[in-house]
Formats: sequence, C-alpha cells, structure tokens
Amino acid sequence: MVVRWELSADDGRGQNNILAYKILRTPKLAGPFSTDSATAGADYHLFSSPGTIYNAAVWHLIPGEWDTLGQVPLGSSKYDNRGGKQRDAKDFLPDATPFQYKVIATTATGGQGVSTVSAPASANGQLIHTGKVQYIGIPVVIFTALVLGFISVAKRGRELYIRPLAGIGAVDEAIGRATEMNRPILYVLGLGAPDDIATIASYTILSRVAKKVAEHRTELLVPCYDAVVMSIAQETVRQAYLDAGRPDEYKEDIVYYVTQEQFAYVAAVNGTMLRRQTATNFYLGVFYAESLILAETGSLAGSIQISGTDRVTQIPFFIVACDYTLIGEELYAASAYLGREPKLLGTLKAQDWAKGLFLIFMTLGLLGAALQWNWIVSMFRMSF
Amino acid sequence: MKLAEKMFAIDRRWVYLALGLAVLISLKIPFSIPIPISKEARNIYNFVDTLKAGDAIHLAIDYDPSTLAELHPMTLSILKQCFEKKIKVVITSLKETGPAMTAAVIDTAVARHFARTGERIKNGVDYVFLGYKPYPILIILGMGQNYRIPFPADYFNTPLDSLPMMAKIRNYDNVKAVLNISGTAATDYWIAYGNGRYKVPLAIGVTGVMATDYYPYLQSGQIFGILGGLKGAAEYETLVGTPGKAVQGMKVQMVAHLIIIVFIIIGNIGYFAQRKKRELSA
Amino acid sequence: MKRQLPLIIIFVCGIFMVFQYFVPHENSEFLYEFAALDWPPIIGVFALTLGIISLIRVSIAKIRKREPNWPFSIVTLVGLTAMIVAGLPWFGGQTSPAVIWQFNFIMQPITQTIFSLLAFFIASAAYRAFRARSVLASILLISAVIVMIRFFPLGPFTGAATWTADWVLNVPNLAAKRAIIIGVGLGIISTALKVVLGVERSFLGRD
Repeated sequence: MVVRWELSADDGRGQNNILAYKILRTPKLAGPFSTDSATAGADYHLFSSPGTIYNAAVWHLIPGEWDTLGQVPLGSSKYDNRGGKQRDAKDFLPDATPFQYKVIATTATGGQGVSTVSAPASANGQLIHTGKVQYIGIPVVIFTALVLGFISVAKRGRELYIRPLAGIGAVDEAIGRATEMNRPILYVLGLGAPDDIATIASYTILSRVAKKVAEHRTELLVPCYDAVVMSIAQETVRQAYLDAGRPDEYKEDIVYYVTQEQFAYVAAVNGTMLRRQTATNFYLGVFYAESLILAETGSLAGSIQISGTDRVTQIPFFIVACDYTLIGEELYAASAYLGREPKLLGTLKAQDWAKGLFLIFMTLGLLGAALQWNWIVSMFRMSF
Repeated sequence: MKLAEKMFAIDRRWVYLALGLAVLISLKIPFSIPIPISKEARNIYNFVDTLKAGDAIHLAIDYDPSTLAELHPMTLSILKQCFEKKIKVVITSLKETGPAMTAAVIDTAVARHFARTGERIKNGVDYVFLGYKPYPILIILGMGQNYRIPFPADYFNTPLDSLPMMAKIRNYDNVKAVLNISGTAATDYWIAYGNGRYKVPLAIGVTGVMATDYYPYLQSGQIFGILGGLKGAAEYETLVGTPGKAVQGMKVQMVAHLIIIVFIIIGNIGYFAQRKKRELSA
Repeated sequence: MKRQLPLIIIFVCGIFMVFQYFVPHENSEFLYEFAALDWPPIIGVFALTLGIISLIRVSIAKIRKREPNWPFSIVTLVGLTAMIVAGLPWFGGQTSPAVIWQFNFIMQPITQTIFSLLAFFIASAAYRAFRARSVLASILLISAVIVMIRFFPLGPFTGAATWTADWVLNVPNLAAKRAIIIGVGLGIISTALKVVLGVERSFLGRD
C-alpha cells in the first residue's frame, strides 16, 4: 500500500527543520481516533499458534498499538508499504484487512510533529505483477514468438544455416578411433543437477553418441555424479541402443553411479581413464574445479578429448587441455547440429535473432548513457 | 639443437618436481611480499565494521575440504571480526561434505577468540550453526521465508525456537547481509535467489578461479564485495590485523607462478628452435 | 500414454512455474512452497537409493568376475558401509566420533590431495599449451603471463603490472565472459522452452 502525505512547511528548512518522516501503521482502530501524538514503535507480541503449516510461532498485532514501518528522508512524500505474504512474517500484509497509517515528522533536535491518522485502507492480493511483466514477461513472449516462428519456417523445409562446430564434427572420428583401437569410450555428464540445462543438453548428445557406439559395437562407460542423472542417462542409453537395433548389447553397467562428492568422483573417473586406457573422452555438462584434473589425466592416457560446458570459468582449462571444446551455448546448439531436426534448428535460429536484438538494445543503451538520452536509459531501468 | 628438442618436450614429471621443490623451499625461507588491499575486499570489511553489537549476519560456508586452503582464512578472519564486534552470526553449510569441516572451523575461531580475549563465544547466543540440507536452491528460498522451514533445529538438533539468538531472527529481513564463502555453484544460487528474490545484501568470497566471474555482479550492485582466492583471503587477514596462512600462501603462490613462467619460456624457446630447424631443413 | 504422460506433467509444471513467477498473490506463493520446495528433496532421496544400489551392484560384479584392479572395489564397499553405519542415529548420527574421525582423517586429506593435483596439472598444461603457435595463441600466452606477474614485487613497475593485470581481467576478459553468459542465458531459456513444449525429449529416452 502506498502512503502519501503533504510535505511539512518546515521540510528541510524553517524554524523546526524537518529531517525525516517516520511512517507508522496499526490495524483498524476500534473507535474514534484523534491526532494525539502517540509515541511510535510499539513492539509486536509473540504467540504460539499450533496448527499453522510449519508449526511456527505467529506474530500478532495488538490493535491500537502502532508499528513503525520505516523512515524516509526530507523531501519524500511517499512510502511503499510492501508487506510479505507469509503468515508468520513480521511484515505480513493480509488481504482485505483494513489498516490505518500516520506519519511523524522528526526534527534535527528530536522534536516531532504528528499527522492526522488516515482513513482505513486494505490491500488486496494482486493476480499479476505488472513490473515483472514489463521487463521479463514481454521479452519472454517475444523470444517464444521467435522460437515458434522459426520452428514453423524450418518445418516448411527452408534451409537454416548453422556454422560448423568442430567438436561435434569430430564425434564420428573419435568413435571410429575408439573402435579401431578396441578401447572404450568415456562419457562424463558432468557434476550438474538433473535439471541443469547443460546436463539436459548433454543427455541429447549422449543419446546420439550412444547410438553411434551401439552401431560400432564399441564399449561405452558413463560414470555418473548424481543418482537422478544416472537414472535418466540409463533410459537415454537404453533407448539409443534400441534405436540402433542392438538392444541385446545394452548392459545395465554401462551407466553407473559413482559418488556425489566432487573429488572422489574425479578420482574414480581418473582411475577408470588410466586403467581402461579410454580412447575417447567426452566431458559435456557442468564442471567445476576438477575440469583440468580430468582433462590432463585424459591427456596422460592418450585419449582424444571433446569437451563442452557452460561454466565460463572452466572453459579456458578445457581449451588448453582438450582437443575440441564447445564453448557456452555451443553445447546447447550441439543437439540441433547433430540431429538437424527442424524444431531444434528453429530454436537455434531464434536464439541468434534474440542475440541480435540484444546487441541493438545494448548499443542503444550505450548511446543513451553516453549522450544522456535519459528516455532511453529509463527504459532499461528495472525495479520490481 | 638437441637441447632445443629437450626444451620442447620436457617430461611433465620434471615440471611437477620443480614446482614441488619451489613450493617447499619458499615455505621455509622467511620473506614477505606486500599485500595491496582491493576495493572489493575493503567494502566487505567496512560493511561489517560499521555494524553494531547485536546486529546479525548470515555466513554461508558453502565449500568443502578441497578448497579450504583458499577459503578457510576468509572464514576465520570474518568470524574473528564478528566475534570482536559482538555481531551475531547465523551459519549454514550447503555443501554435503562441508558441515563437519564448518563445525571445526567455528570451534577454531571460538578457541582463538578465547585465547586472544579470554571471552567465551557461546553457541545459540553469539552464533548458530544450522548445518546442511540438500538442494541448495530450495534451502536458500526456504530460509528467505523462515529459517525454521528448512532448519527446524540446528546442526546439534536443538530446536531453533529454543535458541536465544534466533528469537528475533526469522528470515533474511532480520540479518544485515549474507556473506557467502563458496567454492561451488552455491554462489550463483545466492545471487539469483537470495539477492535476486529477497534483496538481501550479499558479498562473496570465492576461489581465485571463480572470482573474475562475479565482477559483473559487483558492477551491477547485486553483490557489494568480493574476496577472490588466496589474494582476497590475504587482504582480509591484513585488514583484520591477523596475517596468517593466506598471507604466507601469497609468497608461495608468487614463487609457483615464477616457476610456471620459466617453463613457459623454456617451452617457447624450444618451440621456436624446432620451427627454425624445420624451416632450415625444408 | 507412457509417452504422453511425462510430457503432460512437464508441460503443466513448466507453465505453472512460469505463471507463478508473475503472480504475487499469497495463494500462488503457497502452491510454490508446497509443490516446488517440498517435493524435490523427497524425490532426491529415492533417487539416491537407486544410485547406491547401482554402485554396490557394479562393485560386487567387479569383485565376482575378478576384473583388473578388483580389490579397489572392496575398498569402495568397505568405505561406503563404514560411513553409513557410523552415521546411523543409534551410533550418534552425523556428529558421532566415528563419522568425524573418518571425515577428518580420511575424507578431508584425500579430497585436499586430489585438489592439490590441480596445481601441478596447471603447470604441465601451461607448459604444453602456452606456445606462440599463432596470433591467438600468442595473445593467450601474453595474457597469462601478465596476470601471473601481478603479485610480483617489481619495484617501480609493481603498480603498472597490477594495473595492467586488473585491466586484462576486468575489461577484455570480463567482456568475453559477459558475451558468453548472455549466449548461455539465451540458450538456457531456449532449452527450457524446448523441454516444456516437448520439443526436446532425449532425457525421456525418446528422440
């Protein structure tokens, strides 16, 4: 709820020299109210309230006692009383509950002037946050429209160009090398959660790699960091073997869980690389400090290494130690590149167009800030 | 020319041996290097320094033993400053192998404070250690509403409502800031959900490799300070007046960098000599 | 239905999360707490059980078949059992002396040792990779050297070295990182849209 008042005649000047305004609130007073200068800052009282969802203590307001909400400096004539939606929060602002406000102007010497008490006003839960809609909702709608538009263009058969990705182009070569050398292929999905976008992108590439591996009858090893990721990867690889027409070649132990401790996982994968002398290593997903340990050990084992991550800090390590690296969004694009399906190509094109729009807005913002075109700068100022 | 070939392809074990010896020797030889204080570290120090006795902060210790060499000095320095200024500290550890290490570092900080001042820091009164729960995003979101949602009891299974310090601390509104010391993606979650959703002031201490990633957030105001790696830890130790392992580590790091640069130069000399040899014979 | 049901669930949950972000009403917040915050940890615990069963099965298979280095699988099983048993509530839970001892004297030294390998691997990777083979490789080499020498006490040149290193880190390096982050951000939105709309299905084991 927004509280507005007229500035004091002594605001920042005059005999009383007002320095700040204190805003107070109370639940609707039972009886007639007055302009008596009641002191501010009455405390809340704590009551245990069994039966609330989390059995937490609930703060209750005592009607008639004023609670200080905040203070604004001289020159301000507005205060946003933004309340929480949690019933057990101190600033809980319930729906359809009348509150009354008053403002106390405080002077440099500690004196106070009290406003009249406002009429009762209630807040009502809003169904839509217009601030977020303006700055987030509209761009998301535009992007979604681009995605759907380009998918439809791709489905109509129009050729959409994607620049070659060296890392993905080398997948066939890498799998062929492993088959010739009769050494296994190691696929590391990374240390991400199952809902990390890089991990999701990695499932797609795993599906395609597993299908090719099944066709070539090469051994595949997929050690997993997360148990849920393991479950999803097992399904992905099983289906890939089915699609390749080799369901009998699929073994449960291709995809296995190791541990969810970072360096214990790295030690296990390193041991696998060195013992099994893997011919090809794929590192595609979310990686942290262990990226260079994995890559250097793979280099020691003489493996071809193809890596890809969206973790910007680890990209340099992969670039220096691996043969091919997918940088950032190239990992997400790899699924479209490998499959060439219209839907995937369409989303990739939409991303590129969105980046183009970003560049235009960034240039406008840069010019606006440099040339002090405030109307442009204010368009980008977000507050919600 | 044989020397050039050797320079081009030095067995990596010689590199490891040289680095290992350099680190050991520099640890033993007493010398110091100047530690200039960065603005990002000073922001954090000044923020904590201006808090009053009785104010609370949330110290999110989201790392595990693998990164404690860089991050423990930061944690100990911050705890030292908070205990001295009688600032209450709510501590969490959102890395699965972190809680035992976090309990140990708290004990160390408490013991050091007692040794320095004779004053006992009490669990439940001066600090609370909530422990670990999985799925850091959900925990950060839950604590923003009420600490008791993800943590009905602390690490030692004491109900939060029975801890004197937690009587006035319900959620992030009741702490002045979150200081996240992390070697994991937990920092991203704190920025996106802690500061992004709940607008709690946030500062971070991260490993050196991660530090540069977070300067965009510093410039945008989403975080107000960064301690980056061993250098950040050394800066904070210097600011709080107790140079320790981080300051000592800086001189070792300098020697290690020197060794790496020497090998890079050797490798490039070997490379250019080989290239010249190929051009001459072509 | 086996193909359609997961896709329907993903679509409904995805759309709910999108709309919930824009609806500040307390009922929306309650649904979010109940559906999104409470359920995933419960599902995660069940998945962890599957993971542990997989690890035990793979280790036992290696021991039974006497595959190369099979004794390490015994070590794996012993370590797994010891930590779980020591942490059971009847023996003192996660703060029991046995758990703390295993953590302090086995877990902690081992993880620090593996992480310490990184220092040596950085040295060998730098020696191998930082060669002035091309213009781009030379830029990489020079940038690396500039950043490394910023901690050196270089007398009158110390200030200039620190300033140059900070400039390299905070201007071109940060610009490149921001560009990658923007691209990754768009890729995340795009991939999330593909998953919610059912375009991306490989994680279901279906193309």
